[in-house]
Amino acid sequence: MSFEDLHLGSIVVSTVRNAPVLIFAAMAGLFAERSGVVDIGLEGKILASAFVSAAVAFTTQNPWYGILAGVAVSAAIALLQGCIAITQKGNQLVAGIAINITMSGLTFVVAQYFFQQGGRTPDLGEARLHEIVLPGSAALADVPVIGWIWTHLLGVHTVLVYLAFALVPLVHWVLYHTRFGLRLRACGENPHAADAAGISVERTRYGAMLIAGILCSFSGAYLAIVQSGFFLRDMSAGAGYLALTAMVFGNWRPFYTFLGCLMFGFFGAVQIQLEGVDLPVVGRIPGALIQMVPYVVTVIVLAGLMAKSVAPKAIGVPFVKSR
Amino acid sequence: MTTNDMPRWATGIVLPLLNLLSALLVTALVIHLLGEDPVESMQILINSAVVNPEGLAYTLFYASTFVFTGLAVSVAMQAGLFNIGAEGQMYLGGLGITLAMLAFDATLPWYLLIPAGVVGAALFGALWGFIPGYLQAKRGSHIVVTTIMFNFIAASLMNFVIVRFLIPAGEQNTASRVFSAGAELPRLSDWFPILGDTPLNISVFLAIIALAVYGVMVSRSSWGYKLRATGLNKHAAHYAGVKISTTIIVTMLISGALAGLGAVNSIMGSTHYLSLNFVGGAGFIGIAIALMGRQHPVGIFLSALLFGALTQGGFDLSLEKPNIPPEMVILIQGLIILFCGAMEYLYAPVLIKLIKGKQA
Repeated sequence: MSFEDLHLGSIVVSTVRNAPVLIFAAMAGLFAERSGVVDIGLEGKILASAFVSAAVAFTTQNPWYGILAGVAVSAAIALLQGCIAITQKGNQLVAGIAINITMSGLTFVVAQYFFQQGGRTPDLGEARLHEIVLPGSAALADVPVIGWIWTHLLGVHTVLVYLAFALVPLVHWVLYHTRFGLRLRACGENPHAADAAGISVERTRYGAMLIAGILCSFSGAYLAIVQSGFFLRDMSAGAGYLALTAMVFGNWRPFYTFLGCLMFGFFGAVQIQLEGVDLPVVGRIPGALIQMVPYVVTVIVLAGLMAKSVAPKAIGVPFVKSR
Repeated sequence: MTTNDMPRWATGIVLPLLNLLSALLVTALVIHLLGEDPVESMQILINSAVVNPEGLAYTLFYASTFVFTGLAVSVAMQAGLFNIGAEGQMYLGGLGITLAMLAFDATLPWYLLIPAGVVGAALFGALWGFIPGYLQAKRGSHIVVTTIMFNFIAASLMNFVIVRFLIPAGEQNTASRVFSAGAELPRLSDWFPILGDTPLNISVFLAIIALAVYGVMVSRSSWGYKLRATGLNKHAAHYAGVKISTTIIVTMLISGALAGLGAVNSIMGSTHYLSLNFVGGAGFIGIAIALMGRQHPVGIFLSALLFGALTQGGFDLSLEKPNIPPEMVILIQGLIILFCGAMEYLYAPVLIKLIKGKQA
């Protein structure tokens, strides 16, 4: 088996294309969890925004309206989650699971009602986002290495891919170099101190949830409008949980979380490449087993790192103002 | 008065009922928005799931499985563990049954074969619960995420095992071969012909026994005391001499075994073979049941009946009302988890005011 058989180039490119789903969701999770709210409900928000984006994009034949609608729905769900976690002081884990299951059912029922295709939306066709061709692609196409990097690795992506990668430094800046970020982290680590300093813990956490909802919607929109070109029942397939794991892996820090997302994106890419390929020693690995890889890695990562990782101290604990 | 010192009838009966009602009201709203009549739908559902004897048999049949998954989630919840993995544990339980049957169904008589299947189900389910339990106890990996991952892993693994090893040569259907007649659990319709050709079988009695054992063990045994102490306050329990990590691991073993036993009803009582995705969400329904039934045996029983009726009635409803697919049950389940679990004290302030008003 030669080097070309591994399709290293296409693995790298599809890593870049797989990662945005996780990056958007993981950055969303970062905001929620650094403010002290556990966000198991990423999965449900991805699913809801994926469906709404696809449905609206198909109906209006405009992907941008789809994305906007997805943002609205995901933000609304995040605020409901915030209401349970912050105002109601309910169990945040249960709330997240409830949202995931509700959305799994609701998206199917509504998709079936509108499109009658077994919980699928029709193919978006022209309503998908167009890929951006970087200037000079034609000129550089034949240059070895640089041409490949410019036209395949950096170029020919949709705007959402660039947004995802640009988001990482932006989130880092917001969390560590703005007043809002400092307050948000304070609410996640020691809400009572934040409260004593005159910060409204509730308002900060609501703000964090709103941002989380908006960011998470791009993950769903990317999944439906860019990657697949349609909505499919339960199409998120655990992406929300993988994003959470990437966050644990990254110690709740943007750059390391980003690396975690790339890692899972890489496994997804390898999975597609390995399917149906004869490998030395092991032979052909069945697709079902390769599908397990990201989940097994998640378990191993959590088992290896959870003890050492530093979660925000007040995570999952409703803030009760002491009198 | 705070939510903690509300009377037991208020927190144990009135609040769960109000929450359930809210979930059903939201469902009614969704049905209305889909252009169907919620009242008429409710009538169809009740007719099909309760009034009609065959429907009632199906309701009880589904409920017997749900009792086990509900118990699985409940017992873990008692120890403060949120086991999302009943789905995967039941799936693996099905594999346990199948391996036992494929090995013995030609040789053993029925009175050994059926226990072999039950043991196989419990063993494999327990194994699938053990790993997340061990990782939580020893490595601190969060049980919620690990059990969710184990659901995904179970789905892929079973897909692989069924397709690669269990499909008989020449067959296309993604299922194992049919087991011999000795492995079939006796059906109640053999004694009560009014039940018609329904799969309701003796597992419904197994479910009731399991509920009773659960009730006694959790609230009347020293093990149950340790279990609840761990769930209420891990540090206090540890200080009192309870071995937290052992409790967690044992609880997850039991939880997994109970979920695995859910497969006995589905496979040995009904299909008599292992098929792809036979669990069909019963594990997730267990979460809703545990939260709605407040982990109390009677509550679990009633919630399991409700979900049995919703599954059976929902299926018939989808035949008459094409806009209400059977997946509506998933939505209801999510809403029940939302209202009975996450927002369980939504109505507490109002209720407290009412109680206080009466006393004054």
